[in-house]
Amino acid sequence: HGRLKVKTSEEQAEAKRLEREQKLKLYQAATQTVFQKRQAGELDESVLELTSQILGANPDFATLWNCRREVLQQLEVQKSPEELATLVKAELGFLESCLRVNPKSYGTWHHRCWLLGRLPEPNWARELELCARFLEVDERNFHCWDYRRFVAAQAAVPPAEELAFTDSLITRNFSNYSSWHYRSCLLPQLHPQPDSGPQGRLPEDVLLKELELVQNAFFTDPNDQSAWFYHRWLLGRDCFFPQLIPRTPCLLLKGTVDGGPGSPLAVEWRTPEGRNRPSHVWLCDLPATSLNDQLPQHTFRVIWTAGDAQKECVLLKGRQEGWCRDSATDEQLFRCELSVEKSTVLQSELESCKELQELEPENKWCLLTIILLMRALDPLQYEKETLQYFQTLKAVDPMRAAYLDDLRSKFLLENSVLKMEYAEVRVLHLGHKDLTVLCHLEQLLLVTHLDLSHNRLRALPPALAALRCLEVLQANDNVIESLDGVTNLPRLQELVLCNNRLQQPAVLQPLASCPRLTLLNLQGNPLCQAEGSSEHLAELLPSVSSILT
Amino acid sequence: MADNLPSEFDVIVIGTGLPESIIAAACSRSGQRVLHVDSRSYYGGNWASFSFSGLLSWLKEHQENTDIVNECPAWQEKILENEEAIALSRTDKTIQHVEVFCYASQDLHEDVEEAGALQKNHASVTSVNCTEAADSACLPIEDESLRTTSCEILAEQTPSSDPERALEVNDVQVTGEKENHCDDNTCVPSTAEKETSENVPVAEDTAEQPKKNRITYSQIIKEGRRFNIDLVSKLLYSRGLLIDLLIKSNVSRYAEFKNITRILAFREGRVKQVPCSRADVFNSKQLTMVEKRMLMKFLTFCMEYEEHPDEYKAYEEIKFSEYLKTQKLTPNLQYFVLHSMAMTSETGSSTIDGLKATKNFLQCLGRYGNTPFLFPLYGQGELPQCFCRMCAVFGGIYCLRHSVQCLVVDKESGKCKAIIDQYGQRIISKHFLVEDSYLSENTCSHVQYRQISRAVLITDRSVLKTDSDQQISILTVPAEEPGTFAVRVIELCSSTMTCMKGSYLVHLTCTSSKTAREDLEPVVQKLFTPYTETEIENEEIEKPRLLWGLYFNMRDSSDVSRNSYNDLPSNVYVCSGPDCALGNDNAVKQAEALFQQICPNEDFCPPPPNPEDIILDGDNLQPEASESSALPEANSETPKESSNLKNPEEPSK
Repeated sequence: HGRLKVKTSEEQAEAKRLEREQKLKLYQAATQTVFQKRQAGELDESVLELTSQILGANPDFATLWNCRREVLQQLEVQKSPEELATLVKAELGFLESCLRVNPKSYGTWHHRCWLLGRLPEPNWARELELCARFLEVDERNFHCWDYRRFVAAQAAVPPAEELAFTDSLITRNFSNYSSWHYRSCLLPQLHPQPDSGPQGRLPEDVLLKELELVQNAFFTDPNDQSAWFYHRWLLGRDCFFPQLIPRTPCLLLKGTVDGGPGSPLAVEWRTPEGRNRPSHVWLCDLPATSLNDQLPQHTFRVIWTAGDAQKECVLLKGRQEGWCRDSATDEQLFRCELSVEKSTVLQSELESCKELQELEPENKWCLLTIILLMRALDPLQYEKETLQYFQTLKAVDPMRAAYLDDLRSKFLLENSVLKMEYAEVRVLHLGHKDLTVLCHLEQLLLVTHLDLSHNRLRALPPALAALRCLEVLQANDNVIESLDGVTNLPRLQELVLCNNRLQQPAVLQPLASCPRLTLLNLQGNPLCQAEGSSEHLAELLPSVSSILT
Repeated sequence: MADNLPSEFDVIVIGTGLPESIIAAACSRSGQRVLHVDSRSYYGGNWASFSFSGLLSWLKEHQENTDIVNECPAWQEKILENEEAIALSRTDKTIQHVEVFCYASQDLHEDVEEAGALQKNHASVTSVNCTEAADSACLPIEDESLRTTSCEILAEQTPSSDPERALEVNDVQVTGEKENHCDDNTCVPSTAEKETSENVPVAEDTAEQPKKNRITYSQIIKEGRRFNIDLVSKLLYSRGLLIDLLIKSNVSRYAEFKNITRILAFREGRVKQVPCSRADVFNSKQLTMVEKRMLMKFLTFCMEYEEHPDEYKAYEEIKFSEYLKTQKLTPNLQYFVLHSMAMTSETGSSTIDGLKATKNFLQCLGRYGNTPFLFPLYGQGELPQCFCRMCAVFGGIYCLRHSVQCLVVDKESGKCKAIIDQYGQRIISKHFLVEDSYLSENTCSHVQYRQISRAVLITDRSVLKTDSDQQISILTVPAEEPGTFAVRVIELCSSTMTCMKGSYLVHLTCTSSKTAREDLEPVVQKLFTPYTETEIENEEIEKPRLLWGLYFNMRDSSDVSRNSYNDLPSNVYVCSGPDCALGNDNAVKQAEALFQQICPNEDFCPPPPNPEDIILDGDNLQPEASESSALPEANSETPKESSNLKNPEEPSK
């Protein structure tokens, strides 16, 4: 009584299996027919029907979307406007049903873009509504976000409205990269600051409001990356974080080629590595005849053949080289000059991050942001503190230890460059700094004595070739395995490479291109252990008079 | 009529409260023949919801406190020699200390000139009540298509209720004497003049007072059908047992739910919103940045507190409130966690209890929305009916207004074998489920009951105003003195389909220490102000105004052990009435445990079979064929509702 008779699970499974088989057959047959028709050029409505069956089940079949586009293009020519209108309506409806099957299908969203782009009077309001609906279901669907930006651009939706839309989604769930990103596109549009160059800046009040919003996010959940990324964008946007200003130092070297005074000299510019590609440093040799040894100094104007930029360059009497660089003040080297207000903003950001760090001592995003903020505020004053934060950060995020080491090395080198009075400094000590990587070497053009000893360098990189004046290089007690950068250094005389990891004499090959190298210390390297290594080295570097092994 | 009832069943369930209805559904679903009776005219017993006039008639019943003695054939003579009888109670003694107050304007000054118009108006009011009566009979009518018996009984009895209801309206209008707290005992039947004044047409009313739409008492009466006033005020934890059961059994298709929109706290004399979800914390304007971090950190810990025993082991012995003080939490945050999330009292629970409760709260968050709770549209009273409906779909027979006079016990086996109903019919069954309130004083002479204090208020605005006027809120007001209990306040807006537009329905609940009014009035006074004429000049009044209020105590039989009932046969099972807790876990647990005793080894409310998988064998027994065809029909009836509970499991990332 009252008990229902129900199919057993085996019966159900069997029925399901048969159903699936049937489906597969239909699917394959339909696919085949479509391909045949396409090959035969029969692009009619039957293809639309067939592809809609397949795409309805699997909207990721990109070829079939192409097929559909071909058919629609064909039909556009053949049909009356009324017929087309119904066709388009059906297509939009079909697309929506496909999106419901898979809201993250590239093909479907793309097809919708394509279709709307072709319509004479697209209903953008409806499209915006569609986006809002899909984002209601999944607020992080970046396909839909992308489509929304497309629609907003086409429909010229005011940025303020779109910003309000991102507001509403962030309010619901702030862990939303797309929404934050969209803000970063909208805010500069909403608050154009014409005088601040292509990057643009946000007005102070807007910036502060955004900072508060994003702070709310990372205080609520400091492990959510999206907020930190936006925070970084906010600060980076105003050049708060160190950025290297693109500049082009030039170096003039006394040369030997003749040329008449008065008329512009055509000289050959080259990069230090001798390769023809973008570089921070360009060199040229001056013809000896253009110089008069009686004059206390020569002033050259460097004229670019393209554009009207000019630079002045002075070569003093008795000097072998003169140089110039794009106008960049000390502070502009690695960061922008901070206005007082901006410093206050940064200072308060730093304080709140420190507050957060006290509550969350192991949060890597917070630690990294503190380091970046300190660098933006005053890299030299905060140097010691920064190094301590690096240590903590490495401990909590061992996965990224190597990245952090490199970042730390970069900051230390930047500090060294900031500390030296670059025009005069010829001797630079970078020993005992735990460096893992060398960078900004183009800032050290005039250095003659460089001490890199007692670090953790694995290589002397190609950029080292920029040090055209280098005479003595101490790189002992590192873990150097390659010497690619010690090449074509015209004045290098002494090279100390004790206690490194040089394995084979062959890695010393680049040294052969340094004409003045006379003293080479290789003590404490594995290659010294090898049989007959000194003979091998003498053969490889015939001009080096003294090789210590 | 009564003779139409089959004389034999497997299970007879007496009382249509939530646990009884769940058991009835489960038994019916697993193939038992179920007879489900209730002596009342409505479903749900003390779990019911009423329209305003329905509530008024309910009030009348309990204020008069007289037995509605039907002419019943004496059952004594039907008991055989080898049998004994356990008489059941004829009256409901679960409701006490009923007190009603009306603050809304009743326009007494207009009575004389409106006397003529009045009569018509009065007639219209009663007609509303008539349709309402028909309305409340809706569900049984649906069942009627499945079972002829139940509808016959209903058809006969529905008309008889109408005069009664018309009477009730009059009665209530008396109790609403302006601003005078009139006790139920002092109520006097109203004079005709008073009656008339209350029924002044609304149009007249607004013309007289061009103030902001003040809701008058007559409007409440007129819009009475918009109200669905719960006798018990509960919410569904979105990962609670009841939700699981609703989904598993597919009963959820019969109901719709709304998420509670906010959790409130009452601190330092002000109502504040408690940020509980991640989004709330992010958006909160009242928390400082550091507080945000503290709160999130503590809540994250609570979610997985079991994995960090070292964090709380040392505090196991102390109270949760003390433990919170040791954590990095500001007093504000401690208050939120203790009273609004864990909802444990300051004096009561231990650290572990508190952590467990907080974890449960947090786990329920985000399943269907930003708070852990759901509320059934049209009131809590819908839920027992949903299960009854499922029971009926699987063949259960329903009889309302059908009382049982006694249980018949076989002397030899000591087991119950039948009931004798109000018509003297003897109905045999194997199992008997009786709701506590049906048991007689003899049976319950050793039982100690607790009491629940309840208040129902109709107000004109929310306790915390925001942009949206459609908020559903829960607020816990902690106990002030030792020996009293925290008061739970649930405020419902009109979109929950429980009150008229522009009004709010507020439920207050606590474990009783005194009468409901004594327990709850201090909180009511803190949160609301009574509506008075003089205040109308005051443009901005902070607190919501009380339009109408009701206090009563309800018996709480939830923790009565079976042993404390006298001489119950082993096949008679007792279901308790509603408990004081916020969730419904107790009812579900009880139902499942009793079901396992009745049908050991049977699955508890398994999902109904897919209509496609049902094998219809046409030429079998007639009733069976008609039943199986009824199921797909029932499915197709409510397709739009069916998705309601399952959909919200959407990706949260």
